[in-house]
Amino acid sequence: MSNTGSGTGTGAYFDELVTAATAKLQGEEVLLANLAGERTDFIRLNNNDVRQAGTVDQQKLSVDLIEGKRHVGGSINLTSDRPMDEARLTALLGQLRDQRRLVPDDPYLMYNTEPMSTESIKTGNIPAPDAAVADIRSAGHGKDLVGIYASGDTYNGFANSLGQRNWFQSSTFNLDWCFYLRTDKAAKNLYAGFDWNDDAFARKVDWSAQQVAALARDPKNLGPGEYRTYLAPRAMEEVMSLLSYYGAFGKRAHETKQSPFLRMLAGDATLSPHVSISENTAGGVAPNFQSAGFVRPDAVDLVINGKIGDTLVSPRSAQEYGVATNGAHSGEYPESLAIAPGSIPTNGVAEALGTGLFVGNLWYTNFSDMSACRTTGMTRFATFWMDEGEIVAPVNVLRFDDTAFNMLGAQLEGLTDEAEVLLDPSTYMERSTASARLPGALLTGMRFVL
Amino acid sequence: MSDSAAGLQIEPIIDTSIADRLRAALPNDVDYASARVVDERSEHLTVRQNTLEPIFNEFDTGVMISIWNGGGLGYAATADLSDAGLRRAVDTARYWATVTAGSMVTATPPPDHTTGTYRSPVEIDWDTLPLGARLELLHQQSRLLGIDKRIVDWSARLTRRNVDTLLVTRGRNGESGEIEQRFSFVYPGMRATANEGTNTQTRTFGANAFCGQGGAEVLGRFGFGDAANRVANEALELLTAPNCPSGVMDILLAPDQMILQIHESIGHPLELDRILGDERNYAGTSFVTPDMFGTFQYGSELLNVTFDPTVPGQLASYGFDDDGSPATKQLLIENGVLKRGLGGAISQERSGLDGVSNSRAASWNRPPIDRMANLNVEPGKSTVDELIGSIENGVYMHTNNSWSIDDSRNKFQFNCEYGQKIENGEIVGTVRNPGYRGISRNFWTNLTGVADEHSFTVMGTPNCGKGEMNQMIGTGHASPACKFSNVEVFGAEA
Repeated sequence: MSNTGSGTGTGAYFDELVTAATAKLQGEEVLLANLAGERTDFIRLNNNDVRQAGTVDQQKLSVDLIEGKRHVGGSINLTSDRPMDEARLTALLGQLRDQRRLVPDDPYLMYNTEPMSTESIKTGNIPAPDAAVADIRSAGHGKDLVGIYASGDTYNGFANSLGQRNWFQSSTFNLDWCFYLRTDKAAKNLYAGFDWNDDAFARKVDWSAQQVAALARDPKNLGPGEYRTYLAPRAMEEVMSLLSYYGAFGKRAHETKQSPFLRMLAGDATLSPHVSISENTAGGVAPNFQSAGFVRPDAVDLVINGKIGDTLVSPRSAQEYGVATNGAHSGEYPESLAIAPGSIPTNGVAEALGTGLFVGNLWYTNFSDMSACRTTGMTRFATFWMDEGEIVAPVNVLRFDDTAFNMLGAQLEGLTDEAEVLLDPSTYMERSTASARLPGALLTGMRFVL
Repeated sequence: MSDSAAGLQIEPIIDTSIADRLRAALPNDVDYASARVVDERSEHLTVRQNTLEPIFNEFDTGVMISIWNGGGLGYAATADLSDAGLRRAVDTARYWATVTAGSMVTATPPPDHTTGTYRSPVEIDWDTLPLGARLELLHQQSRLLGIDKRIVDWSARLTRRNVDTLLVTRGRNGESGEIEQRFSFVYPGMRATANEGTNTQTRTFGANAFCGQGGAEVLGRFGFGDAANRVANEALELLTAPNCPSGVMDILLAPDQMILQIHESIGHPLELDRILGDERNYAGTSFVTPDMFGTFQYGSELLNVTFDPTVPGQLASYGFDDDGSPATKQLLIENGVLKRGLGGAISQERSGLDGVSNSRAASWNRPPIDRMANLNVEPGKSTVDELIGSIENGVYMHTNNSWSIDDSRNKFQFNCEYGQKIENGEIVGTVRNPGYRGISRNFWTNLTGVADEHSFTVMGTPNCGKGEMNQMIGTGHASPACKFSNVEVFGAEA
C-alpha cells in the first residue's frame, strides 16, 4: 500500500472538470479554479507507541466566477466520482451566478489574462505504512519518542477558462519528533524529504540521542536579564514566522501601517547589515503560482543588507496601490523565506558563543508591541547554558521580550555560514508546502524577562 | 431573481438514506467501527474600507471511518461518500488496524453506542436576513468605522456556518448507535486601525470572541449594529493615550480578556491528553500532574470553573462529543480546588481520572482528541463598580491582542487592545498597549474579585490550534470581569 503517484491522475481529472465547466459558462464569464489536495498517511506516536494512524484523502476545488468586474467565489470537495463532482460544481456555479447579481464591481479584481502553463511533478521513495511504523518504532526503541509522521502526495493546481493550466505535485515524507527525557526536557528533530534513506535517518536519531544525554544534567534556572545568545535555525524560524505572518513583508500591511517594520519604514530603525532576506521561491518546495494565475519570480528581495527592499504584492494589493504584482497570495507572507548566510563557521558555533545561552528552539512567539517590532516568546526543548564553548547545563524555560531591531539589528554579532533547510511540518487543514532556509544567529545580548 | 434566493444552493447530505448506507458499509467482524460524516456549508462576507471583498461560499463534506480491531486502530477519511468510496475507506481503515495491532498506546474503543440528536437553538433564521441586507449591514458598519483620516484601515465582516454531523457506530455483537447533530454558527467582526507616525493602534469588536450558535439573533446578542462608532473612536483615543504604566499592581480583566486567560492557563493545562503526553511534540505538556486532581489549590476560593456544553447559544455547545459520549455540565474547579480534568472517554480510561465529554474533531478529515468545549468562570458577587472601587492603583484591561505561554502552560504574557488606568478606586483615563505577565500556578491564587452575573458574558474562541495532525476548532468561554492582585504590568516599548 503506497501513496506515491496517486495524484498524477488527479491533474488530468482537474483539467477535465475545468474544461467541462468552461464549456457551460454563460456570456463573457471567466472561471478561475484552484485545486489543493493530498493523500496522506499519518502515524501519531507517544512513548514510542502508536496513538492514532490512518489515511486522509482530500481534494478541495475553489473557484472564482467572474463577469466583467463582478465576481463571487466558492469551494467544494471533489470525490473523484465524475457525475457527482460535475453536479456539485454546476450547483456551486449556479449559486455564485445568482449571488453575483447582487454585488457591485470589484475595483481590486485582478487575474492573469496571459496564460502561462507550468507543471512540476516530484516523485519520491517513501516507505509503505507498515515499514514506516516498524522503522520509526525501531529507532525509538527504549526511548520516549513522541511525534507525527506524514507521507504521501500533495498537489496544487490552477486552471482557468482562458486555457492556463498549472500543476505542482510532490511526494514527500515528514517525521517531526522528540526524544523526551523527563517533564519538559526533550530533543526535537525533523527528518523530511522525498527519498527515505535509512542511513540519513540513523544520523538524525544519533544526534537526538546525544542531545538527550546532554539534557540529563541538572537544569539551571536563569533569572531575568540580558544574555549572550545563539539562536539555532529552528529558533530563528519561530521569530521569522511571526514577523512574516503579521505583515513584515506584505504590501498591504506596509501601506496600512500595520507592519511590525513600521519603524523601519519611517526610517527610525534598521536591521543589521548582516541581514538579507528574500522570498526564495526557486529554492523552496511550494508551488510557484497563485490563485489568480500569476506565476511567481524565482526570488523577491525583501530586506537587503538590513534595509527594506521589495514587498510581497498580491493581485488585489497591486490594483489597490497601483503597483505590479509579484504573484503573492492574498496573505502576502513568504512561503519560502530565506536569510542569506553569514560568516560564523557553523561547526564552530559553540566556540563563537563562548559563554551564554544556546537556544535550540523558541516557542509561542507573539508581539508585546507590534509597532516597535517588540516580540516575546519562550525557550523550548534543547536550550543550554554554555561556558567557554562547553555545555554546562540545560536551562529551564525562559521568556524573552525584545525587539527584532535589537535581535537582528544592533545586537546581532553575525550569522552562521550555512543556512539550514527547514520544511514546515504543519498540517492545519492540509499538509503545508512552506519551507525556510535559515542560518543561526549569534547575539551579543538578548533580553529575558521571566 | 429575488435577493433571498441567493442562499446556499448545495443541499445538505445528511438524511436517512446516508445513515442506512453508512450502517451497511461498516463491518460487523471487528471490535468496533464508526463512520462520522461532517457536512459544512459556510458563507464569508467582508466589507473593507467601504468596498466589498469577494464573497466566498464553502462546502466541505466527507466521512471518517474508524476501525478498532484486535488491539489495533485505523482510520480513513474521504470525501467520496458513494458505496464504492465507503468500501475503500473501510478497507483502508481495516488495513491500518492490522498494521498498528500490538503497537498502540491504547486500542480501547469508545465505551458506548449512543443514539440521540442535537440542534443549535435558532430564534431568527439566518436566511430571513437576505444577502442584500447582510451586505448593506456591513456597508453601514464600514461607513461608521472609517470616520477620520487617521483611521488607515477598517473592515466589518460576517461569517455563517452550518455544520451537520452524523456518527454511526457498530459493534461485533450487533450493537449500534446513531447521533445526528446540526449546528448553526454566526461570527460577526469589525476592526478599526488608527495611525499617527510610528504609533498604530487597532480596536476590534471583541477580537474574534463575539460569536456563538444561533441565527440572526446572534448579531443583537452582542450589539453588532451599535458597536462601530465606539470601536472607531476608541482606536483614535488610543493614539493620544499615555503608555500603560509598568510595575506590580492590581488588574481588572474584562470578560473579553478573561476568556483568553481561562483558555490558555486553565483550559489547556487541564487537557488530559496533554497530561498523558500526546501533545509534547507540538502543543506541549502541562504543569498539572495526575496527583493534583482533588487536592491542588488552583486558585483562590473565588474561583469556580465549569465545563458546560449545555449553555444555549454558546459556541461549543453540543449534545454529544465525537466519540459519542453524552455531554453534561461538570465542575472542574470548585472554590479554587482542582476537581476534574478535560478528557474524553479514551483519556479517562488511559489515565484513570475523571473527565468530561470533550473528544472532538475539527472536521471529517481529523480524528477526535481532547479539546475544550465551553469552559466558563462562574459569576461572583461583586459589581464591576465595586471591583474598580477596591483598586488603589491598577489597570482595567479589555480585549486580547497578543498571547504567549510556555509549553507547560505556566509562564504567560498577554497584551490587550485597550486599558483604563485606575487610581484610588476610580477610572482616571485611557492607556495604550497594556500588558501583563505571570505564572499560571501562582496567578489564579491572586484572584481577589469576581464580578457578578451582570458582567458575565458568553463568548467563544473560534480558532484554537492543537494536535498532530493539526486541528483548528472553536471553543466557548464565558466569564465576568475579574480582579487580580500583585501582577507584573507593562506597556509599550519606549
